Amino acid sequence: MSAALLIDILLWGSVFGVGLIAFRRGPPVFKASLREGSMDFINIVPRIALGVIGSGYIAAIIPQEVITGWLGPDSGWLEVATAVVAGAATPGGPVIGFSIGTVALKSGGGVPQVVAYVVAWALFAFQRVILWEIPFMPARFVWFRCAVSVPFPFVAAAIAMVIGKP
Amino acid sequence: MLESSPKPPAPAEDAESEPRPGRARKPIGWSTIIIAALVAVSAALVWRRDGTDGVLEILTHDLSLFGGILPRVLAGCLLGAFISEILPHEKVSRSLGPKSGLMGLLIGTAFGAILPGGPFTAYPVASALLAVGADFGATIAMVVSWTLIGYGRAVAWEIPIMGTDFTLWRILISLPLPVLAGALGRFVYVRVYPKRAGDEEAA
Repeated sequence: MSAALLIDILLWGSVFGVGLIAFRRGPPVFKASLREGSMDFINIVPRIALGVIGSGYIAAIIPQEVITGWLGPDSGWLEVATAVVAGAATPGGPVIGFSIGTVALKSGGGVPQVVAYVVAWALFAFQRVILWEIPFMPARFVWFRCAVSVPFPFVAAAIAMVIGKP
Repeated sequence: MLESSPKPPAPAEDAESEPRPGRARKPIGWSTIIIAALVAVSAALVWRRDGTDGVLEILTHDLSLFGGILPRVLAGCLLGAFISEILPHEKVSRSLGPKSGLMGLLIGTAFGAILPGGPFTAYPVASALLAVGADFGATIAMVVSWTLIGYGRAVAWEIPIMGTDFTLWRILISLPLPVLAGALGRFVYVRVYPKRAGDEEAA
């Protein structure tokens, strides 16, 4: 069974589970939730469409090699900081982010900055923030969360420096 | 029918079964405008470099990607709506609110780690938690936990591409980060928004 199928099963299973709980609270609650969820969906689709369909173009004009070039072999704080910026600037989905990390590791990139890169990408890759997080969440929360997250790729790199390679 | 009573029975139960009023939805904001501009400029650059074929090739690929994602976005929206409807406000504010302490951050972290799906579930659910009384700190712990130690992306993408050793090691390093990020979030929040934080405590 593929991972994607497993995730879909878990996802719809969870929807079914909470839906059942809502249904047992009474049909008005269930109907109101269904209506809320559907309205959210209808409102969000144009933005997701714009982002998903547009992200291919953004990824096409920021070549991966440029970002891989930022992840060199020397592991100082300057290199870690560069990796953090690279993580934030990486366009596209998880395939691109993790592939860049793998290429950097294989071509001799230092482990702390690759960790910093992956963690920074996970925390605040600009494309995910504007494509997914802003449409679904209050903008004030999103910017606050991103600002608060800035130190943590550095913390991850520091832990990596202390405990060593995988 | 003996007597028609206009009064609703058992107000306490009724409060539970009464659906909450709908959330306010955002109109098209400036972030949509920025991304639209970014996409337009990028598409124009691709067109200049690769011509119409290049533009169409990316469009077909991304349209099929979009088609695959749509049902999951619907699942995420329904999950968020059901969760915000069934979670009792008082309990959420007690276990994930501003006064929930370390336990609130740990609950947020655990919730983010077990949440299935991708961004299409994490953000609607996080938004629902905020709406029913979780504070910024616990919600930050949840979002950071989902992105750093959640299994969804790790299983689907990170392990196949980066390998099991690196992924597990990276997750191990990330374990303390959601709680730390949530704690930092709380610490900063009461200083940046002292008035709001005071209101929430009074409420």
